[in-house]
Order: sequence, then structure tokens, then C-alpha cells
Amino acid sequence: MTLERLMPVLTLADYNTRVVMFGTVCLGIAGGVIGVFLLLRGRALLADAVGHAALPGVAGMFLILLAAGGPARSFPLLMVGALLSGLMGMGCVALITRLTRISQDAALGIVLSVFFGFGAVLLSVVQKTRGAPAAGLNHFIYGRTASMIRSDALLIGVAALVIIISALLLYKEFRLITFDPAYAAGEGWPVHRLDLFLMALVVAITVLGLQAVGIVLVIAILVIPAAAARFWTDRLWKMILVSALTGATGGYVGTAISAVAPRLPAGAVIVTVLGTIFLASILFGTRRGIIVRVLEQRRQVRKTLSQNLLRVLFECREEGASRTAEEQLLYLSQARGWSPRFLKRALRRLQRGGMIYRIPEGPWHFTERGWLEAMRVTRNHRLWEVYLLEHADVAPVHVDQGADYIEHVLGDALVAELEEALPRFGHTLPGSPHELSVIPGDGEMP
Amino acid sequence: MIFWTTLDSWIVLAAALAGASCALTGSFLVLRKMSMMGDAISHAVLPGIAIAFILTASRGSGVMFVGAALVGVLTAVLVEVIRKYGNLEQGASMGVVFTVLFAIGLILIEQAARHVDIHPDHVLFGAVEMVPLYTVSVAGLAIPRGVLVLAVVFLINLTVVTVLFKELRLATFDPALATTLGINARAIHYLLMTLVAVTTVAAFEVVGSILVIAMLIVPGATAHLLTRRLLPFLVVSVLTAVLAAGVGHLAAIGIPPHFGYEDVVSAGSIATVLGLCFFTAFILAPEQGILARAWNRVRLQLAIAMQDVLGLLARSEERSRPAAGNLSRSDLRGLDRSPFALRGRTLHLALLLLAARGMVLRENGRYRLTERGNEAAQGLLRTHRLWERFFFDDGQVELGDLHPAADYLEHYTDDRLQADLAGRFAREKTDPRGNRIPGL
Repeated sequence: MTLERLMPVLTLADYNTRVVMFGTVCLGIAGGVIGVFLLLRGRALLADAVGHAALPGVAGMFLILLAAGGPARSFPLLMVGALLSGLMGMGCVALITRLTRISQDAALGIVLSVFFGFGAVLLSVVQKTRGAPAAGLNHFIYGRTASMIRSDALLIGVAALVIIISALLLYKEFRLITFDPAYAAGEGWPVHRLDLFLMALVVAITVLGLQAVGIVLVIAILVIPAAAARFWTDRLWKMILVSALTGATGGYVGTAISAVAPRLPAGAVIVTVLGTIFLASILFGTRRGIIVRVLEQRRQVRKTLSQNLLRVLFECREEGASRTAEEQLLYLSQARGWSPRFLKRALRRLQRGGMIYRIPEGPWHFTERGWLEAMRVTRNHRLWEVYLLEHADVAPVHVDQGADYIEHVLGDALVAELEEALPRFGHTLPGSPHELSVIPGDGEMP
Repeated sequence: MIFWTTLDSWIVLAAALAGASCALTGSFLVLRKMSMMGDAISHAVLPGIAIAFILTASRGSGVMFVGAALVGVLTAVLVEVIRKYGNLEQGASMGVVFTVLFAIGLILIEQAARHVDIHPDHVLFGAVEMVPLYTVSVAGLAIPRGVLVLAVVFLINLTVVTVLFKELRLATFDPALATTLGINARAIHYLLMTLVAVTTVAAFEVVGSILVIAMLIVPGATAHLLTRRLLPFLVVSVLTAVLAAGVGHLAAIGIPPHFGYEDVVSAGSIATVLGLCFFTAFILAPEQGILARAWNRVRLQLAIAMQDVLGLLARSEERSRPAAGNLSRSDLRGLDRSPFALRGRTLHLALLLLAARGMVLRENGRYRLTERGNEAAQGLLRTHRLWERFFFDDGQVELGDLHPAADYLEHYTDDRLQADLAGRFAREKTDPRGNRIPGL
């Protein structure tokens, strides 16, 4: 597969490719939009069962058409068959879960495998029927974009448009039933009927996707784009946009690759492309992506560490233990059990941040900015200590830990409120409970 | 006409072993509500199988099983990681993991097809018909390799389930207690996933990667409808799978000739038979089945209707209306105030049954109580009025609301409760409206 062969496909130079591309991109967008609701409603695997349950419908319709002497490979009629058996499969899942103590996941597994098994039987009947163009049916299992003709693509496009428009018209209702079905029911929304309609849209997408993606993997066009979008945003409409875009890209690139390498099953190619986008989303997603998370965590750890270090330096000065570099280092390393290497690096970072400075080989001193920051942090810390000690019934032994934990999440407004509130309870700002007498806040820089 | 050959015996043996192995591990998936995890793993092992095909250029090898075990655990871990990081529900994260792995597997198989004799169809539907073709000789006997592998896997599963029976049971039904007792529920979880993965790979050749789900889940689900105890559950599950394997293959080669076809794919036929097994249990199961539950409902409905009729006749006799306890069917309908309304067929059946038991006499389309019927009716009136007394005295219920409440409870009160109530209100002798309480 070389780039020269891929380029004309990607730029839509070829008419047939344009047709197929139109179909798969429409499908990807519709799947992306509906998939978001399906995913948030917690019904992702239902689409898998519906997809597999379509096989006996396709094969059965094929046999009926063959027996009737009609055009056995008529795409719309085969889709009607798929639709019927897909709906039947969904009905069976509902029946089994409602009438027995079998859990929903087992019901899904039963319907999926038994329907597919029966479909396999019908399929082998088709394959052993003399003169039947059986190869056409295989395309429904593995997906074959190349077999899509103009009318198929148009049908997919129109159906996808109808699905997208109805989903957008019902945006408010769907949002309500996905996020708070109990509230929606209480407000008098027809939750059950909306749910059924959403599932009907899911079945429709599944059936539309059979030709391009194939029975086995059709669930992917509903689930993967929506799951990928989850890593980028928490807002519903943004998630729908990202999901639709992902679906469209999957359809576009997947179709292009299949056009160049027609021997590969198209469904698998499209799903692999979607999977790649998903992997990228896990890594780079701006909302839940792993890299963002790691960076955020690192930032938080560093912030906490530098605040802790500033406070310990402050206390060290308070106790007059920073006359020489050795004395200071000893105090710092004893305060938290920090190793000398770790301490050295942390101090360097503070120095780079312009908080502290030193004459070579001498002890560390605060810069003006560092002094103010250290004072703020220490004051913060002691305020919380007092608050927890006096008002939250926390044992003094635990106060330091509690204060440490909270001060890094504390907002300025809350600190101001605390400063005001404490005197009203009959307290002035005391020193730290750890036998310290200096109250930072309006002290002179030593 | 069925032509049964040695080949067919080997095929059925292979399918039965695959079914039994799957049913053993799959039962625990069903009980732990993790059926779709079986689905996910059976899809996800495909790339492993494909890579083993490409590397060893042959079907089936030790490498494959090691790979499968790893992939099984990897799938479980991946599903968990994506669920946690993406804040997704488990189904969605499974949907992502297994579709992508399966897609990669399909593409790899397409590549492998150049080196090994394998068709993507074998992946989906299995190739049980080819099992007898590859044999190894053990103690001078030519045994199909697939059968041998499946027998080993079955023995492994059986051993694990037997040895860890207590641990599996605890971790399945009460993971919290299991953890308290020092059983590592997590280790059990991943052990089960490994077993499922290995079993799936072994069964892959026989039933393909999708129908193996039928063997994993359907026997367990069927057994779930039939029994409530774990050991019988496992036995029923395994027997269902073995039965379906035999009947399925028989149907695959036996039925199509009647329609002018040679045969159909056995794996599909086995899955269909499994579905029929489940359907049969769904309808006929003694406790859980649709019929049993419908029958119970009808029986209860009739019993209540019969008691209502007795009550109405006794009351009308007491008040001598309209003609000394001689009520027609429309009279009964007109007087009925019970919450379980007496209507059409239920009333008809209730009257027939009462007449058959000698509790009611029918004369010229009118009904009255016999001696035996009166005895039963007095008991009912007694319960009814005791309840009214109870609600009026102790429950401060309004006079007008007493009747419906008592009407519900009179059908569900046993002799002991009635005696208790009678003891409490022995001095009253009447209900709040002044009607005599029989027997006080």
C-alpha cells in the first residue's frame, strides 16, 4: 500500500470511491451521534446483540427472495430482513430479562449467540444452494464497502440524515433520560417510549452499518467514537460533535484503505482506524487523557511540595535554626524525613521559581516574593489547624495532617472568611499547636 | 437418511468436550453476571490465534494456549483500565476492547491465510468437520488432535472447579465474605478469566469464536432456570452442553437431506439446539418457567374467587336475601365488592369447582351452600370480621374502609393467625357493624 495509490482515493478522484465514501461518512456521523446517547444510557452491548441477531434475517430474506425468484441481492430488502430479526432479538432480550431471573448480560449473550448460530445454519444452506450468488452474503458478515453502489449509498445517506435530525430534535428529551431517568419520569416525560425510540434508532444504525462494517463489528461504529469522545469533554453537545467527527474520520480513512487493499475485510479496517483514534484519545484527550492526568498530578505534587518546603523554611527561620547552611539542612531534612538529594532538587526548584536565594555555600534566604508566599502558606496552615482543633472536633495529634491536606485546596475567599470568623468565636490567631509562638501575617522580613 | 460414520463420532465427541469445558467455566460467568466478559474474551483471543498461526505456520500449538491465557487476562485488565479512566460503564469499555482486538485479528487472519490453510469463515463458525482430519497417535490409536486437546482442557477445568469448588462458590455468591475469610477474590477472578480464554481457544477450532459464546453462556443460563443449588447447576449445565452437541450435529446431517441439501454447518446447528434447550426451560421449568408461573397465578386467582363466592353466599343467607341464600350468577356478580372482581370465566370455573367439591348446590340456575360449604364459609366470615374488628379497634380505620382491607387479608390468613385474632377479640363477639363473628 503506497502513498501514490492512497492519494487519489483520499482526494476523492474516483467516482466509485466518492459514492462509497459518502455512505460510510454519513454512517460514521450518525453512529457517532446515536452512540453517545447509547453509551451514556448504559446500553452499549445491546447494539452488539442486535447486530449479531441480524444474520438470520439477512440469510432468511436471501433464501425467501431466492425461492420467490426475485433479485436475491437487493440491498433494501435484505436490510428489511435484518431489521426484523434485529428487532426480534431485542424483544427476546427484553422478554428474558423481564420474565426470568437471568441477568441482562446473560440474556444478551444468549440472543447474540443463538441468533447468530441459526443464521450460520441458514447461511450454509445458502452456500449449498446451487446457482445462488452466495458471495454477496459474506459481505454482510465482514463488511465490504466496495460492494456499495450508488443507490445503497443514497439510502444510507438519507436514513442517516433522518436519524441525526430526529436525534437532534429530541436532544433535550434524550439528554434528560440519559442523565436522570427518574427525574424525567417524575416530570411526566414518557421515558419508556423515548427509550424505545432511542433503541429503534440504534437498530436502524446497526442495520445500515451491516454492509459497510459487517455484522460482527457493527457495534464498533456506535461505541468507539462515543467512548473516544468521552476523553475529550464532559459537555454533551461537545461530546456529540467529537463523536460524530471521529465516526466520520473512521469511515473516511477506513474506506480509503479498503479501496487500496480490497482483500482486507472493510469492517475490520474501519474498526482498526477507529481503534487508533480511540488509543490517541486515551493518551491525548484533553479531559480524561492519560497525559493530561499525569501532568496535572505532577503539577499538584510539585505545588504541594513547594508549599510544604516554604513553610518548613519559615518555621526553621522562626526557630532561629538557619544560621549556617549545615544547621538549616539538618532542620529541613529532619522536619519531613526528606532525603538530602530530594531536598536539594526541591530547593533548586524553589530557587528557579524566584522564592529563595543564597550566597554560595551559605544558608538559604527568602526573596521578597518567597517571604510573602511562605507567610501566606504558613498562615493558611495555622488557621486551618485552629479551625479543625476548635470547631471540627479533631484530635490535636491529627491536626497537622488534616491541615496539610486541606491548605493546598483552600481558596482565598475561604481563608479570608476563616480569618474573620475565628475572632468571633472568641479566638485570636494563635501560634501553631506545635509550640510555636510567632504569628505570621504582618511580620517584618527578618 | 443419516450416514453416521466414525468421523461423525469424533465430531460429536469433540463438540461434547468443547461444550462441557465451556459450560463448566461459563456457568460461573453467568452466576457472576459477567457473561459478556466471555463474549469479550472469546473475540479478543483472535489476534493471539492469528499470530500463532503466522509464527508456527500450523493450526494449534502450545504457544497458542500460553498466548490465549495472556490475552484473556490482558482483556480483563484493559476493560477495567478503560472503564476506570474513561468513567465508562463496563459494557462500553468491553465493546471498545473486543471490537478493536477482533478487527486486528481478522486482518491478521487474512494475512495468515497465505501461509496456513484457514478461511475467515472458520473463525466465525468453526470447522468441526475438519477435526477428524488431523490425527496424532496415542498408544497406537489414531486420535484427532482437536479431541485430545479438548479432553486435556476439560480435565484441567474439571480439576480446577473440583479443587477450588468452595472458593469459587464463595467468591461467586459473596465476594465480601470470601475476602474476609482470606480468599483472594481478585485472584479467583483472573483465574476464571484465564480458564475462559484457554477454553475458548481450545473450542475455537470446533465452534468458532462467536458460537463459543453460545456454549459458554446458554448452558449456564438454562441451568439457572432449573435449579438453585450450585452442584446440580453445574451438572445440568454440562449435560445440556453435551446433549446439544450430540443433537446439534445429528440435526445438521440428518435434517437437511429432507429438503434436498447435503448438510449444514454443525456449529450453527449446535448453537440453535442450545437455544431450543434454553427456550424449553424458559417455558417448562418447574419453578421459573412461564407455564409454571402462569399456572400458579391461575390457581391463586381461582382459590380467591372460590372463597369470594362462599363468602357472598354465606352473607346473603345470613341476611336472607334475595331468597334465603339462593343466588343466581348475575346476583353474585352484582353483590361482589371484592378487590379481585368476580368475572366471566373465573366465576364460572370457581362455581364448577365448588360444585365438584360438594360445597355448593346448583338448582335451576341458582346456587346455595351445602353443609360442607357452609362450614368453610363460616370460617371465612370469621376471619373477615376478626380483621374488621382488628382494624377498627387497633388500627383506627374508618368504618367505611374496613371491608376492602379485610377482603384482601381474609384470603391470606392461616389457622394460627385466625386463632390469635380470635383470642384477642373473644369478648367482642361481633364485628364493628354489629354482625355476629361466627364461632365466638
